[in-house]
Amino acid sequence: MGSQGGFGQSKEFLDLVKSIGEARSKAEEDRIVLSEIDILKRKLLEPDVPKRKMKEYIIRLVYIEMLGPDASFGYIHAVKMTHDDNLLLKRTGYLAVTLFLNEDHDLIILIVNTIQKDLRSDNYLVVCAALNAICRLINEETIPAVLPQVVELLNHQKEAVRKKAIMALHRFHRKSPSSVSHLISNFRKRLCDNDPGVMGATLCPLFDLISEDVTSYKDLVSSFVSILKQVTERRLPKSYDYHQMPAPFIQIKLLKIMALLGSGDKNASEIMSMVLGDLFRKCDSSTNIGNAILYECIRCISCILPNPKLLEAAADAISKFLKSDSHNLKYMGIDGLGRLIKISPDIAEQHQLAVIDCLEDPDDTLKRKTFELLYKMTKSSNVEVIVDRMIDYMISINDNHYKTEIASRCVELAEQFAPSNQWFIQTMNKVFEHAGDLVNIKVAHNLMRLIAEGFGEDDDDADSKLRLSAVESYLQLISEPKLPSLFLQVISWVLGEYGTADGKYSASYISGKLCDVADAYSSDETVKGYAVSALMKIYAFEIASGRKVDVLPECQSLIEELLASHSTDLQQRAYELQALLALDSRAVETIIPLDASCEDIEVDKELSFLNGYIQQAIESGAQPYISERERSGMFETTDYHPQDHHEVPSHTLRFEAYELPKPSVPPQASTELVPVPEPSYYSESHQPISTSLVSERESSEIKLRLDGVKQKWGRPSYQPTTSASSTTQQAANGTTSHSDGGVGSSSSKPRSSYEPKKPEIDPEKQRLAASLFGGSSSSRTDKKSSGGQKPAKGTVNKPATVPKENPTPVQPPPDLLDLGEPMATTVSTMDPFKELEGLMDSSSQDGGSNDVMGLYSDAAPVTTTTSVDSLLSELSDSSKGNSRTYQSQTSKGPNTKEALEKDALVRQMGVNPTSQNPTLFKDLLG
Amino acid sequence: MIKAVMMMNTQGKPRLAKFYDYTPVEKQQELIRGVFSVLCSRPENVSNFLEIDSLFGPDSRLVYKHYATLYFVLVFDGSENELAMLDLIQVLVETLDKCFSNVCELDIVFNYSKMHAVLDEIVFGGQVLETSSAEVMKAVEEISKLEAASNSISLVPKSVSGWRGR
Repeated sequence: MGSQGGFGQSKEFLDLVKSIGEARSKAEEDRIVLSEIDILKRKLLEPDVPKRKMKEYIIRLVYIEMLGPDASFGYIHAVKMTHDDNLLLKRTGYLAVTLFLNEDHDLIILIVNTIQKDLRSDNYLVVCAALNAICRLINEETIPAVLPQVVELLNHQKEAVRKKAIMALHRFHRKSPSSVSHLISNFRKRLCDNDPGVMGATLCPLFDLISEDVTSYKDLVSSFVSILKQVTERRLPKSYDYHQMPAPFIQIKLLKIMALLGSGDKNASEIMSMVLGDLFRKCDSSTNIGNAILYECIRCISCILPNPKLLEAAADAISKFLKSDSHNLKYMGIDGLGRLIKISPDIAEQHQLAVIDCLEDPDDTLKRKTFELLYKMTKSSNVEVIVDRMIDYMISINDNHYKTEIASRCVELAEQFAPSNQWFIQTMNKVFEHAGDLVNIKVAHNLMRLIAEGFGEDDDDADSKLRLSAVESYLQLISEPKLPSLFLQVISWVLGEYGTADGKYSASYISGKLCDVADAYSSDETVKGYAVSALMKIYAFEIASGRKVDVLPECQSLIEELLASHSTDLQQRAYELQALLALDSRAVETIIPLDASCEDIEVDKELSFLNGYIQQAIESGAQPYISERERSGMFETTDYHPQDHHEVPSHTLRFEAYELPKPSVPPQASTELVPVPEPSYYSESHQPISTSLVSERESSEIKLRLDGVKQKWGRPSYQPTTSASSTTQQAANGTTSHSDGGVGSSSSKPRSSYEPKKPEIDPEKQRLAASLFGGSSSSRTDKKSSGGQKPAKGTVNKPATVPKENPTPVQPPPDLLDLGEPMATTVSTMDPFKELEGLMDSSSQDGGSNDVMGLYSDAAPVTTTTSVDSLLSELSDSSKGNSRTYQSQTSKGPNTKEALEKDALVRQMGVNPTSQNPTLFKDLLG
Repeated sequence: MIKAVMMMNTQGKPRLAKFYDYTPVEKQQELIRGVFSVLCSRPENVSNFLEIDSLFGPDSRLVYKHYATLYFVLVFDGSENELAMLDLIQVLVETLDKCFSNVCELDIVFNYSKMHAVLDEIVFGGQVLETSSAEVMKAVEEISKLEAASNSISLVPKSVSGWRGR
């Protein structure tokens, strides 16, 4: 057959292709394509187009559409062509419609009838063409129309048709499992087909079915094993050989199926082990396909119950892969290593140098695969080296998708295995600095909480040291240009809470820095909000400790600017700050107490402090509160406070995204939330909240543990009862090797396992290898360092044991972002004092602040003082709430916030990655 | 399952694209461009595999092979073996070689429908159907023969009433 044989094209088509091929630019190509579309549109409308011409037009349409533009004006002609009797035309028609249409297209309805007819055709090629079209064009609704014929075709005399019928049925199963659920037995039947090709085709649907439901196919284990055995013994006709391998694709599918069936099944695994051993012996590792089968064997062995002999064979195969020069095989070797390592952790040690070579390979794919392996084998002893490597790589790449992935892996590893808190914070800083906009916002909240809650159980000293180091590192970083928004939020929050805590940095220094942040990122309202709140805290601490506050001129101008901000959130924060600056130290101290972000907030849910006020109001003729049920439809009569009261329950909803308490929340605490004290009622009535709460709690619990976690390295399925003590040792182990491995001097303590093997290896690599792999065998240093690790262990439990976040749900602390009422009261302390006036009887007519302050100190009637006190406590409560709000508001805040962030992200994405491709494309075309 | 088969030349022009799940035209273009930009940035003598979650969703892998001016690309999910897919490309190329005796880019351009015929014999609805290039050749030749026959019988094909009548 010549290159044009049987499929001859006209000169026009030739010219079209040629001119497109020679087009100098994308614009020129577009012009050619558009003019071609015009021509085709015209030609297709001509009456009595000869069929052969029509066929060519259709092909041209398909070609055009592949290049981009829409060719839908010609779809109908392609549909018409499928009706033709001529096989060539019919096939062209089917080809075009499968490429043009999707299964929900309106024109499909015109084709179904033709397909039905063609499936019954005597010509098997017509049947094949129809089956081919079925795979793409039939949707859930139209399956019943063709299903009977397809099932009939399962017994067609031609094996090519049987094969395709099975595939079509498989396709139906993928699209709508329910429509063919009664036909699944057919797959089993076809497994025994005389033709090995048909049998091979059956393995595809069976693989899908078995991965959905393993148990109901356990009976087939021996059949699969015997088929595999026969295949390897070359019982199949020679025509199934490929590169001297007997039916390799069938072998691969069988091995995949066996991996599914054998996992966790002792019997099945034993049946398989024989044939797997044979395969290792027989496989020809000189061909690509032979290696494919070998790899599949390794995969299978890693899935079934471990068998020492097979594991050894698999390890041998892996070392062959890793030693090979082919990058493909190295890739497979690394992948296999990652699978086997779960079962026999020591296997990695033999290959450490190969792994490190892969890590430094110019091939990105291989590098990523190796990082995946490292991620799997991370433990406390090598976490530092691995995470450092990951971060270096993360910095070096531009691919945002992968950057996000590797950043989240770094965070996960750091949270799980961090050897020291210092290191943890530094690592997080790096991740935030380089991928801050890509990491989950929760990570930032975790970090803030960790800094706030501290790590040591009662070791306040260590905590403050830690905070100081965090503050110091942030002050260093803060002047870097273009930090990610999320990172700036963390920085601002930490500086606000702890910037002046040690007295090392003056308030004016910190506040100056914060102003710089707000100035430099003036388009980012979230960051600005954090910065202003941090300023507020700094000033509050200053005022509370009795120092004189002089607001820097730039702060002053910032506040003034924000007072007129378009963002109501920023405006409110600025007003609050302004109000706070005018208060005296006692009031400020109650509003924003020092380091209170982790304090409990007691909330008077009954709002008893308002009783006096209500009493008075009623006495002076106001309507009493009418409960919601009675009130239906008469909103206008309710006065302000009762309404406030009634809104409380609806506000409680927002608490789910607040701080994350332990799952072991004592129900009695949460009963405060709900009138009925039974825990069961709580969980039922608040289903959506509580479930999300729990899940979040759990996730945070996993993340925040610094040790005592299930070790990735081990084999969890076979040793489910790893005692707590051993994990502690593991962690302790981590610190020791941290002290030597981290500094890079671990070579001073050489391990016999690798030293003698390859003396000529680059010492740099050896050091890396030692720090990556060495830790696994060093269990003798356990006890020495266990003391040092203890406090860290305590931290894990700290957030857990104290259900400190629990009382918070009782009443929503004011959320600055949504201008809730409680916040309004805070503001009002300064200016209108309307409420106080009301409380204070009519004694203070002017409402001047001096009068009120006087009342605070003494000389007030007994009844009013109590109410003032409770109001004050309420104020302080709500302010505590505020400080907490800054910390976690983003997750629970209203949508504006998310929208902002999304917007920022979109803007960023818009600038960076997408623009890259088109220009690239253009360049290439130009 | 195989998600897509693509052929493109070294300048990024698609020569053949087949997606086994429906993909709108614009999306196809985007994917082809995306794949090409990754491929052309890869150095020589590295592995033929790519993890390509960012374009095709989670658990997507890509195997490519570079022949003269053409990239052959297969995109698939975790239920296929990378090395085997590499060989499938080999099968495809071998078959095309037999079809066109030393296949080159122009053959692929000018024999668009035959290309699809060959591909349909190898990959069917996203599953590997046949891996022996001899078998594929046989099937394709049979199709050409029958097509030629039906062509000669009805060189002046039955009119429109022909198919409407039944």
